[in-house]
Amino acid sequence: MTNPFVSLVETREIVVCCGTGGVGKTTTAAVLAIEAARRGRRAVVVTIDPAKRLADTLGLSALSNEPALIDQQIWDVSNSAQRSTTGSLSALMLDTKSTFDKLVLEHAPDAEAAERILDNRFYRNVSGALGGTQEYMAMEKLYELHTSRGFDLIVIDTPPSRHALDFLEAPERLLRMLDNRMFRLLMMPTKTYMKLASVALQALLRTVSRVVGREVVEDAIAFFQAFEGMEQGFRERAAKVQALIDDPATAFVLVTAPRRDAVDEAMFFSHRLETNGLAIAGLIVNRIHPTFGDAAPDALRAAAQGNAAILNLADYRDIAIRERATLEGLTTKLPSDVVGYVPLLDCDVHDIAGLALVASSLF
Amino acid sequence: MELRQFCSQSRVVIVAGKGGVGKTTVTAALALAATRAGLSVLICEVEGKSGLTAAFGSATLEYDEIELAPHLRARTLAPNDAMVDYLESHGMKRISKRLASSGALDVVATAVPGMKDILVLGKIKSLEQLPAADLILVDAPAAGHAISFLMSARGLLDAVRVGPIRKQATDVVELLTDPTRCQVMLVTLPEETPVNELIETAFAVEDRAGVALGPVVVNGCLPLQEPNDWGERSLVEAGFSNEIAAAAVEARRFQHARRAMQQHQRARLAQELPLPQIELPQLFTAAIHRAELETLADALVAGIAAL
Repeated sequence: MTNPFVSLVETREIVVCCGTGGVGKTTTAAVLAIEAARRGRRAVVVTIDPAKRLADTLGLSALSNEPALIDQQIWDVSNSAQRSTTGSLSALMLDTKSTFDKLVLEHAPDAEAAERILDNRFYRNVSGALGGTQEYMAMEKLYELHTSRGFDLIVIDTPPSRHALDFLEAPERLLRMLDNRMFRLLMMPTKTYMKLASVALQALLRTVSRVVGREVVEDAIAFFQAFEGMEQGFRERAAKVQALIDDPATAFVLVTAPRRDAVDEAMFFSHRLETNGLAIAGLIVNRIHPTFGDAAPDALRAAAQGNAAILNLADYRDIAIRERATLEGLTTKLPSDVVGYVPLLDCDVHDIAGLALVASSLF
Repeated sequence: MELRQFCSQSRVVIVAGKGGVGKTTVTAALALAATRAGLSVLICEVEGKSGLTAAFGSATLEYDEIELAPHLRARTLAPNDAMVDYLESHGMKRISKRLASSGALDVVATAVPGMKDILVLGKIKSLEQLPAADLILVDAPAAGHAISFLMSARGLLDAVRVGPIRKQATDVVELLTDPTRCQVMLVTLPEETPVNELIETAFAVEDRAGVALGPVVVNGCLPLQEPNDWGERSLVEAGFSNEIAAAAVEARRFQHARRAMQQHQRARLAQELPLPQIELPQLFTAAIHRAELETLADALVAGIAAL
């Protein structure tokens, strides 16, 4: 049986790593991209918010929204004779705002229209790290990298949202926002919208103005007016991004930790992928405690007679059993050959040696 | 410091930390500790979803308060509920539902970043003014978002120049920046990434949001174990099987290595962040129930006494 993670990094074009915060998503994404590069592919890892030392390790300390090539000596620890001659590794740190700016510049009918939007205060709020925007821009970046054809494999680390599935819905949500009746009314020229708007909507707008001030509402209206000429372009783009998510060359890898909350999120996510008709190509369980044999904790305690080493073993057996029980609902849902376990190490993973250790348990 | 004195330093304590560090558990343990000192406690769950009630064997949390234990109540404080609540109490009851269902709220929330956070914090302020309890514990959003949560009021003061929301933001800034009314308690695990994130959050909370910091809670600490005088052979001689002896030695080695790593991270934290640390033990049991929370409350009380 072939290792599912090998075929993942050797054959797919896009790997999306999803999971809740703090489960080692960024590390996993880096490990997968490095492995692909070592196997001769041109790989790029897109991270959202890498832990500082990992970023330093990858030479990502300079925040850049464009892929930066990483020196092979950094990521390829094999001796020079065995080194891949075709593989390359690049990395980039997503900058939501500049991605959005670029999108606006691309779709605006002229430079003046683009400037009107970029200067608008409402736009500046939207384009910052506001709910949904970051997710959408991650997908947008993915689309941009994919169409550039500069890479064989793009590994993307999804934003650390509370609900890891937000980014899946991002294109759809953007379209829904554009379809919102309120927005459509706001997008009409200033003079006519009050005439056309129903009495109820006028009351709403008045209330909103009263609570947050008139200028906030005016900013929003100005934004949607400026946006009007670009709407079609955005709409088409969102549909293409959606198509990319559904493409069979795109693989989803769930990353989890053997923790109740992380597993619950992963279950939710796998359910969501299923209802979208998307398969889970792999499940990576990070930081699982070693099993330390198979003795029953209670029996150990009964036999320990105060022996500290045996009592400590009983504690670790408890953890091992608990973690595996926590994971059960998730692992039994998936074919066992797509599940990879990365043990909790007795050192922190933040350098290339650490990444290599993680890789050794997956490949 | 005496427990009662510690819990009376400010009526509002916001518990913040990276996802997965046990923020909710620490909140619950602190609440129990405070009730031991004779204080009434209200826990506010900002993100709606919480494992809090499972530990107390209660039903799920709602916007309306429920009692988890004597003198200990809890409720959710989700932004949308706070928004409807705000509109209703400002004479806009009739249109509050409509605002929510038409999507207008989303537009407003987008137009005014931090609007939802302000409504939540504004609600906390009114609970403080009542006062709803002797101690109000806020289970804050995960770390990254916690900063924008605390910064929301200042940002809003820049964006909105008139109207009741501005008044609300002014009140919230007053609450947050008054150390006799509000403090932030940061929770972390003694590991590389959570410690880094905690240090960053701490500086942002104090310097940018201007909120006072209480002690840092370091969760999941492994206990110091006596040096290992039980080699594999002596365990076998004491009557344990070869497999168990080998596993015990391995588990012992693992515990020592993990603990050494934790100690290193705690020392680094102490060096980079001049705040007292309160250590909570790693629990080995399957789930956190009332008994485990009491154990953690014991550790908190001991840690507070040592401050």
